[in-house]
Amino acid sequence: MALLRRAPSRATLFASHEAEASLQTDTDTTTARPHSEATANLPQLTHARNPGMPLDLDWVASVQANTSAIERRAATLPGRRSVKKDYQAAWLCKAISCIDLTTLSGDDTKGRVQRLCAKARQPVRPDLLAALGMEGLTTGAVCVYHEMVETAVRALEGSGIPVAAVSTGFPAGLSPLHLRLAEIGESVAAGAREIDIVISRRHVLTQNWQALYDETRQMREACGDAHVKAILATGELGTLRNVARASLVCMMAGADFIKTSTGKEPVNATLPVSLTMTRAIRDYQDRTNIKVGYKPAGGISKAKDALVYLALMKDELGLPWVQPDLFRFGASSLLGDIERQLEHHITGAYSAANRHAIG
Amino acid sequence: MQSGKAMTVKQIFDDMSYGPAPESSAEAMAWITKHQGRFGHWIDGRFTAPGTAFATTNPATAKPLAEVTQGSAQDIDAAVKAARRAQPKWAKLPGHKRAQYLYALARLVQKHSRLLAVVETLDNGKPIRESRDIDIPLVTRHFYYHAGLAQLMASEQPDMQPLGVCGAVIPWNFPLLMLAWKVAPALAAGNTVVLKPAEYTPLTALLFAEISREAGLPKGVLNVVTGDGATGAALVDHPDVNKIAFTGSTDVGRKIRAATAGTGKALTLELGGKSPYIVFDDADLDSAVEGLVDAIWFNGGQVCCAGSRLLVQEGVAERFHTKLKARMDGLRIGDPMDKCIDVGAMVDPAQLARITAMVDASDGDKYQSKSPLPKGCYYPPTLITGLGSASTLMQEEIFGPVLVSMTFRTPSEAVELANNTRYGLAASIWTENVNLALDMAPKVKAGVVWVNATNMFDAAAGFGGVRESGFGREGGWEGLMAYLRPKTSPKPLRPTAPVAEPASAEVSGLDRTAKLYVGGKQARPDGGYSQPIWSPKGRLLGHVGIGNRKDIRNAVEAAHAAKGWGKTSGHLRAQILYYIAENLSARADEFAKRLTDMTGKSGAAEVEASIARLFTYAAWADKFDGAVKSVPIRGVALAMNEPVGVIAAICADEAPLLGLISLMAPAIAMGNACVLVPSQAYPLAATDLYQVLDTSDLPGGVVNIVTGPHGDLVKPLASHMDVDALWCFGAAALSAVVEREAAGNLKRTWVNHGAATDWTMAEGRAFLRAATEVKTVWVPYGE
Repeated sequence: MALLRRAPSRATLFASHEAEASLQTDTDTTTARPHSEATANLPQLTHARNPGMPLDLDWVASVQANTSAIERRAATLPGRRSVKKDYQAAWLCKAISCIDLTTLSGDDTKGRVQRLCAKARQPVRPDLLAALGMEGLTTGAVCVYHEMVETAVRALEGSGIPVAAVSTGFPAGLSPLHLRLAEIGESVAAGAREIDIVISRRHVLTQNWQALYDETRQMREACGDAHVKAILATGELGTLRNVARASLVCMMAGADFIKTSTGKEPVNATLPVSLTMTRAIRDYQDRTNIKVGYKPAGGISKAKDALVYLALMKDELGLPWVQPDLFRFGASSLLGDIERQLEHHITGAYSAANRHAIG
Repeated sequence: MQSGKAMTVKQIFDDMSYGPAPESSAEAMAWITKHQGRFGHWIDGRFTAPGTAFATTNPATAKPLAEVTQGSAQDIDAAVKAARRAQPKWAKLPGHKRAQYLYALARLVQKHSRLLAVVETLDNGKPIRESRDIDIPLVTRHFYYHAGLAQLMASEQPDMQPLGVCGAVIPWNFPLLMLAWKVAPALAAGNTVVLKPAEYTPLTALLFAEISREAGLPKGVLNVVTGDGATGAALVDHPDVNKIAFTGSTDVGRKIRAATAGTGKALTLELGGKSPYIVFDDADLDSAVEGLVDAIWFNGGQVCCAGSRLLVQEGVAERFHTKLKARMDGLRIGDPMDKCIDVGAMVDPAQLARITAMVDASDGDKYQSKSPLPKGCYYPPTLITGLGSASTLMQEEIFGPVLVSMTFRTPSEAVELANNTRYGLAASIWTENVNLALDMAPKVKAGVVWVNATNMFDAAAGFGGVRESGFGREGGWEGLMAYLRPKTSPKPLRPTAPVAEPASAEVSGLDRTAKLYVGGKQARPDGGYSQPIWSPKGRLLGHVGIGNRKDIRNAVEAAHAAKGWGKTSGHLRAQILYYIAENLSARADEFAKRLTDMTGKSGAAEVEASIARLFTYAAWADKFDGAVKSVPIRGVALAMNEPVGVIAAICADEAPLLGLISLMAPAIAMGNACVLVPSQAYPLAATDLYQVLDTSDLPGGVVNIVTGPHGDLVKPLASHMDVDALWCFGAAALSAVVEREAAGNLKRTWVNHGAATDWTMAEGRAFLRAATEVKTVWVPYGE
């Protein structure tokens, strides 16, 4: 049965077929990775970290992004790709494995974060995971403010799930630079393995690429072994061209991941922005042979949306980018929808939120 | 993935393959079963009993779907009769009533959208995504839009009436959409229709006909006769059909042009193409690559306006090709009923064999998608580089998922390469530079131009080609005009014989030698022969040269050399037309006397009317505006009125000066250069005119005048490959020659079919429309 009957999707109107052998033969395979370390979901196990490169302003200037064409491609993507039945269940499990389960609220407490970490360890009811043969599935990471890092690290001990901290004056990034850099150090010292930094939007809006590069470079250095996820706050960059150029500059400065949004901007992750950023990642890889990860954040709350994002990553960048070491969802409510869809997949009956544990 | 046995969720989790996502065919097959798998024609509001049948096949499975009837000449006749019976009443309905029917059809297509989409994909092999998300929504939109045209027609086109019975012959690549493109405007205008769907893909037309019953469409208004080319030929040849609208190959279009020559049938042809897809070095290359997916791998490249000829600026060519190849490898080829497929089946094994043979015969560098290719009627997305412009694959339409590519250095070289083709259907231009895009769009020979986009269609925007891609537009008011004619009842044209040589000649005064006028200079006729012109009273008025085919050649060459005229401003052209009028006015008495001498009737009124006519087109020169079409995108679709190019005209005898001015003035007002063949009987008014033109600052070559017998000059003009349009208001017999010979390069023709023209009234928009081509330029925007 189709998982997404709830979503008002024309693609699921006639979904009563038995699964058949696919016409497609995917030859790419991925190797299983150990989940025992807190670095299990970080790229360095399988991919070289991005060392960055000197700022290449000619390259930055040559970057183009045609908004209407990008929007058209993004608009047809959900209609071009469709995964059904067991495939859909597997893809949704993959989506869970790529979630940065996030709480970034002013009222976060230890208790709240501990509950979230428990959910990260057991994102789906054990009986459902058993029915799918997906025991041991966890989310990709847990993402919190600095003050909650220690709690989260303790709560996740032994799970292999890394803790990510938002940093550098999140979300606006307008506190003094030395404090922003110091904040990174504090979070790393507290045990965060990933640091989600925010860039200075003003440098992008004034096309001051050198300043953006220098600042990001310093933040990268402050992170040490912790991974840098550079948040572009795309909703505040004005144009897709700026998004493309800022993506490139952050990668040149050594970002391990580029991430759309803090979740606090008026517009967060969108497909056109994602297409723009993934294309930048592809160009960077073509030029440097380095794989940089991608994290859309904010606004992705439906299982169906998660499938579209995974298809986007698979089609635009390839299979390495549908793994948690190179792809994450920044999301808080997405998991709930996926849980319901998975239960529906198993039972054939639509599910209810109260049948699944709160995160 | 593993084949044979189902994968576990864990295995899929690890390999992240897409898996099957099939659309159900149950409802579609149930519809076919309801008809016992056999269909007759749809004539006079019902299905006829199935006759001699042939199978229509699902190309994806090679399995027959249903049997349809091979339409005979009798079947066509029955359908035409039904359409004829229904037409007067249909035409008399108030526009609002016809609008209601079209609205109902639009709603019904929406209500049955999935069934129509599935039947389309089963019959044609195109991916269900395309029929579901593109074809059927465009069909709906077309009927909605034309419901509006029906509603507004009486008030907006008060002087026009329907043509009568329209025959439509449509192709297999967009079976239902092409039906909509023919049926919606025909019905909106008050015509009735006999439609012959393609042999490979007849089912959605039959389903649509059946559905039309739910709209309460009166019997006989829409008739569908299935069959092969012979059935189409029977429809084209039927004497009681008033118009043929054809979409298909240029070869067949040419045959239809010849077959309908001289019959008085109106004709629109939407034919093949080899449309350029131009990528400049400042383009968003990734978006341009993605655009190519929609340009050449949409519907397996079986699209008349497919961007099949990639022209990429040399500096970025290598990078662009690399990106393109990577994208090709990501295309999923397979079962068109799968919702996760990019490229479906080719329509028929014959088409597959044709594509295969063409590609195999090419010595270019071939790159084919590494995506798995299923067995059966499938062809891989293919890129061919390293070809010269003379290569067959650079010139010929492949009609498959095959892209050919070459490089250019400069914008002007891009234009040159883009236009180095017999076709002129569509073009895509990719650049982030608005100056460049808007400079290129008018320069590319095409009926449709997409800027940073491709294959956009809408009912409000005209679609159609120039050159051998056919003529006529579909969509918009300009499309509706192809289904209308003026509300006049023309009288038959009476032949005008030259004044015969008198028994005794009166010769007086100094000899004046009228020559031909070519390239702004007087030229002796190539043949070296002249003909005397006598007054009815037996006075020798002078001689005119007897032009021959070489004079035509020279005149056409001169006209081409003057093409800069088309780039001048309307204001400048207006000034020159006023100036011509001023200079003619200064010599009005002399011209009046000349007309009187030649015809024996007073010429004063004709000269005055000629001066007024020049003023009319001086006025129009800067006022025949294009339009911004209301299309459902963020962007604009500009309908630009462009000059046709070189227009030749055989001018009327009954108004030797006014008839010529009435054709010359709109032609040059719109920026065309022209070759005029004046009245055969009374040519001296025209040869006098070139002195007026000479003194009016008209650049040489914009107007060329070749005198001589119409019967001798019509053929070299009509068959000339570098003449873009031929208008003929000479003797009745010339019309058929013009239309038949025009089939060579499918030039636009406008002939009188033996009907007289009231030259005192002969001005206005009809002439301006004939002197222009509507080019639709799509410019999506957004930052």
